[in-house]
Amino acid sequence: MSAKPRVGLFVTCLVDLFRPTVGFAAVSLLERAGCTVEVPMAQTCCGQPAYNSGDKADAKDLARRVIDLFESFDYVVAPSGSCAGMIREHYPRLFEDDPATHHRAERMGKRTYELVSFLVDVMGMGAVDADYAGTITYHDSCSGLRELGVKEQPRKLLKSVKGAKLVELPGAEVCCGFGGTFCIKYPDISVKMTSDKTADIAATGADTLLAGDMGCLMNMAGRLSREGKPVRVRHVAEVLAGMTDAVAPIAASDAGKG
Amino acid sequence: MEISTQRFKKNTTEAIASPTLRQALKQAGTDLPAHRRNAVGKLPEFEALRDEGKAIKDHTLAHLDFYLETFERNVIASGGQVHWARNAAEAREAVLSICKRLGARTATKGKSIVTEEIGLNDFLEANGVVPVETDMGEYIVQLRHEPPSHLIAPAFHLVRDQWVEAFRKAHTDLPPDRYLDDRRVLADEGRAVLRDKFLAADVGITGANFLIAETGSTAIVTNEGNGDLTQTLPKAHIVVTTIEKVVPTLEDTMTLLRLLPRSATGQEISTYVTFSTGPRRAADRDGPGEFHVVLLDNGRSAMIGTEFQDMLRCIRCSACLNHCPVFLSVGGHAYGWVYSGPMGAVLTPSLIGVDTAGHLPNASTFCGKCESVCPVKIPLPKMMRHWREREWQRASASRYRLGLKLWAYLAKRPGLYRWGAELASRFLGNQAGSRGKFRTLPLAGGWTKGRDLPAPEGRSFMSLWAEQQRAKR
Repeated sequence: MSAKPRVGLFVTCLVDLFRPTVGFAAVSLLERAGCTVEVPMAQTCCGQPAYNSGDKADAKDLARRVIDLFESFDYVVAPSGSCAGMIREHYPRLFEDDPATHHRAERMGKRTYELVSFLVDVMGMGAVDADYAGTITYHDSCSGLRELGVKEQPRKLLKSVKGAKLVELPGAEVCCGFGGTFCIKYPDISVKMTSDKTADIAATGADTLLAGDMGCLMNMAGRLSREGKPVRVRHVAEVLAGMTDAVAPIAASDAGKG
Repeated sequence: MEISTQRFKKNTTEAIASPTLRQALKQAGTDLPAHRRNAVGKLPEFEALRDEGKAIKDHTLAHLDFYLETFERNVIASGGQVHWARNAAEAREAVLSICKRLGARTATKGKSIVTEEIGLNDFLEANGVVPVETDMGEYIVQLRHEPPSHLIAPAFHLVRDQWVEAFRKAHTDLPPDRYLDDRRVLADEGRAVLRDKFLAADVGITGANFLIAETGSTAIVTNEGNGDLTQTLPKAHIVVTTIEKVVPTLEDTMTLLRLLPRSATGQEISTYVTFSTGPRRAADRDGPGEFHVVLLDNGRSAMIGTEFQDMLRCIRCSACLNHCPVFLSVGGHAYGWVYSGPMGAVLTPSLIGVDTAGHLPNASTFCGKCESVCPVKIPLPKMMRHWREREWQRASASRYRLGLKLWAYLAKRPGLYRWGAELASRFLGNQAGSRGKFRTLPLAGGWTKGRDLPAPEGRSFMSLWAEQQRAKR
């Protein structure tokens, strides 16, 4: 390994399509932490929609592609606990009947991280150089929390953001109701769960909601917007990288710029 | 009970619209997790106990035939009888034949979810034996002519007003204007009514939390003492239970008992833990004249050796229900059969078929909370995914499936995918203009029914990155 770890950035399909600023924020944070960042151009999706729908064949095809593209890096980092969890925890399971690929999946999985936990746990980052004027509350996305142990790391870095105040969200560990294709297949249940979440968010009095996964963020922002609750919703990386001027909050007006 | 798992979506929509259900679920869904957290926090070795509990059940399942035969031998040795039942019909017949032989007219029942699985109450009633539920929650749902909605709290879906209403309607010999607006007063009235039923019953039917192979005993945990009165007063005690409840020894039972109430209600131990071994002996002052165990399979042995075997570790504590945001949004009845929540989402398709119960393993966000609180570490999300895999292999074309296949096709072709992502990003970003969101969008009705769809920024990351890299060179 060279002095600077080589990180392959797994952009995630939602960041690619909806929120490129998060990708640039991730690159910026990783570089500031002392990494060399590369973005393999042939990457698409981690395969989770197929995997969770029971389409194991397509999930395996997509997993193989990701392994081919990323296994040569020192680390694989994604601005999402869900996608990082898929690669780290579930790729090896997909290849239980294929020892060679299983071995590769396990080796790469061990070096795969969610962005903020990578910065803190692996790169030893303890503070960021960023400003944000607002009261922030943080939602713990399920996969990051329960599969990867992402809990204190984002809070640690957010506490170092100048001007920001952090208030805890009651029920921060309860699912927001997104669940990938779940939110489209069972919209009534999903919206009920999300409404419980937005009520908790509103009760904190925070003006800003952050989380580490675009799926959850789009879901909560979409519901807050529908309910007319004026909470600014952003990916945690945007705030940590000091890039909130680059783009309006998620689902807020004026998002067209960027 | 009637199966309505096929109507899961309709059931859930109706459930979500009910204000009383919402109120009931919110209360219980706040209290029970708090109680569990408190109990677990006070026991430093709880995590290690979970591993022990899992190991006990795994070992037993690996030698299930041996332990079941040992259990039977020891039941017989202590003067009882075991009735093997392959399916619900055989189990019902076994119970009825005992009732008939004893000329039973009423049967008291301690709470038993297995008797719900086999539809025992309706069957007994149709054959001239009146079943009387004696668990207070179960008694109330029986008065309301509905099934229980939860493994350990049958009236989980009710608020107190509904309880009062059921009592006023049923107990017509009491003054209609009596004071009932107090939990204690209600419980006292229920107890007084049930006391006469206990004394009059010919047969007492309970379930079992554990079957102890080395002693031939059955064990139940209760908080009301109704189980003891049900099984000690009548001529016969019939235990209706299933094969996976067997554990090797009393010591194993103690280990699992340290996990069960803590996971269920947050109690260190339930108010009563009752062990039953055989009928009354000559020197005993009380106890049933006969002791029967109806040992039901009903699809469970077919789960051994499959990807669903781990489900047979379940000790029915209900922690996965109490912590499930889907269950706490829709309640137990919406699941359409006896078992609900995450454990039901895995077990129900095994018992009644995935064709009928296919919605259940799909209606999960895979948030993972259930697995994290399971006292015997059942990988519930993983097994729900296994059901989805089986479904995927068999299901016919649907718009959802087609969309997913199209997406997978593109995701394997990066050039095409790149181009499509950039196009979609630009087009949607453009369409949204400065609003930043869509209130409706063609083909996105599932999303936009209850939420706005955030608009893309307007360019894909990959194309912006490529531009930036080119500019650097």
